[in-house]
Amino acid sequence: MGFPHKPHPRETTVLSEHFGEAEARSLDGWKSRGGYRALEQALGMDPLAIQAVVKESGLRGRGGAGFPTGLKWSFMKIGDGKPHYLCCNADESEPGTFKDREIMRWTPHALIEGCAIAAHAIGAETAYIYIRGEFTEPLDVMERAVDEARRAGVIGKNAMGSGKRVDVWVHKGAGAYICGEETALMNSLEGKRGNPRIKPPFPAAAGLFGMPTTINNVETLAAVPPILVNGGEWYKKMGRADNPKSTGTKLWSVCGNVMRPGNYEVEMGFPFKEFLYDLCGGPPKGRKFKAVIPGGSSVPIITMAEAEAAVMDYEGMVAVGTMLGSAGCIVMDDAQSIPRQVARLARFYAHESCAQCTQCREGTAWTTKILERMVAGGGTTEDLDTLMDLADDMTGKTICVLSDSCAAPVVSGLQKFRSEFEALITRKTVHTVPAIVA
Amino acid sequence: MSHGPSAAAGAAISTTPHGHSSEPYVPVFTGETRAQLDALMERYPTKMAALLPALWMVQEARGWVSPEAMAEVGQVLGLTAAYVKGVVTFYTMYHQHPVGKHFIQVCTTTPCHVCGAEDVVKAFLKQTGCGELGVTSTDGKYTVIEVECLGACGFATPVMVNADFIESVTPEKVPELLKKYG
Repeated sequence: MGFPHKPHPRETTVLSEHFGEAEARSLDGWKSRGGYRALEQALGMDPLAIQAVVKESGLRGRGGAGFPTGLKWSFMKIGDGKPHYLCCNADESEPGTFKDREIMRWTPHALIEGCAIAAHAIGAETAYIYIRGEFTEPLDVMERAVDEARRAGVIGKNAMGSGKRVDVWVHKGAGAYICGEETALMNSLEGKRGNPRIKPPFPAAAGLFGMPTTINNVETLAAVPPILVNGGEWYKKMGRADNPKSTGTKLWSVCGNVMRPGNYEVEMGFPFKEFLYDLCGGPPKGRKFKAVIPGGSSVPIITMAEAEAAVMDYEGMVAVGTMLGSAGCIVMDDAQSIPRQVARLARFYAHESCAQCTQCREGTAWTTKILERMVAGGGTTEDLDTLMDLADDMTGKTICVLSDSCAAPVVSGLQKFRSEFEALITRKTVHTVPAIVA
Repeated sequence: MSHGPSAAAGAAISTTPHGHSSEPYVPVFTGETRAQLDALMERYPTKMAALLPALWMVQEARGWVSPEAMAEVGQVLGLTAAYVKGVVTFYTMYHQHPVGKHFIQVCTTTPCHVCGAEDVVKAFLKQTGCGELGVTSTDGKYTVIEVECLGACGFATPVMVNADFIESVTPEKVPELLKKYG
């Protein structure tokens, strides 16, 4: 639901049904809403049977990569004699994305339940929820909910009297975008600098503390309890009939120049145009939409024409040259200068680079310098070629995809809004905002 | 980068509200705090994993993480002071210098930028008397920095004052907001 707005009739509220209800935060409140039935059921199931239900559902990772969740879980070798770990990635810091924050603020037990089920399904006794340090309220709510669940015996040495041990702990980050990268998160949790690791080995072979580990996003894990209760078939039915690759519902965070920013939960395959105008209320009065970054700042920018033709699922976004990513939708109206916003994004990535890889450390900083000089009126035509060269050097050549993410808005911005960059260079003027059309 | 000398880079200060003195260092991890850390260590298979939580405990107690505190944390967890410093410097939220009584972080990343976050920053700098990013006001009350994405983009502009997370801040709301933080 579009918290803080009332739910729109066209939303499908699986995860967001109880957003805004303070009572849902408590253990009793959650149980009275059907909570922990799924965990009770799961603890009596064989891990492989749980994996099968999740595979059947078609659930894919909601953190950005969209990897099939059931398949990821199946990489864990149950009974290999090693301790297994579950990490929940709650380091939500992708610009434009604020959905996991709402899940944790309003339905903390949904996440704890999802973590406990997933832990059992991968043969793990311990799950860590890594929450970014700036999320003071979600941290507080989650800590209290975990304590309550532990005291009630829902999690712990003998989870729900099943004889199985499932521990869930909250771990607080300390400010670093890169810790949302899965292996950087593991390093950070281990008490190290949050540098991403070279893969392979992948986490299922050697992850947290060198042991087999699965890492899932908050929204992915929160979707697991309803899938277990209602069945994989139920979840799979939601979405476009002609696209079985994207199933279920998705929380979209909408921000920027839009009348009703907030979180909206719709079925996969929802028409993007109707979403932006009907659910989100369209552009601010007198303005027109100009561009959208639909999946968090790391995905290519699209024009309004492309956005209006798009459908909201993994494949639908790829079809218009971008990605679903984390579904953090940044909307820009005609008052915005694309070069200026691309420059601001580049600065973000330059600030957040962990600086391990040369292409990223140097590339993000250099890209930022050029773009900021350009915005200030000091750009040259050669700069445009240099930016494209740099972007090429920053794509697919580093340990993680942070530098690729910096290159994406630069390349797509230059391709789709080149005239704005050229105007900056030839006229040597800073951007002027068009008047509001009444 | 226009973030100014951020907390991580070392905030420039004109007064010393707390910390920074020639008095001998008083350890943080004694008595109850030590017991809390010991309990926390049981959650992890290694001592090192308690490093971020331990640093948070230091900052909670002292307002910042001094070199002496880094050495103490190292001693408690079996790590060198240099290792601890390496970790502290990686993360933006640990203060390596004392900061104002009220540490104000204004999000200015793209979603907030398109909604006018720059003007919110200006309003804070003016109203607090800090004048510049990362510089503590002469009365020691305030330090203002820009921060990258706070993850509340639909509620532009989010601002953190110490641990308080405040949504939808506009330049007009700044004077009233600051009254709570005298």
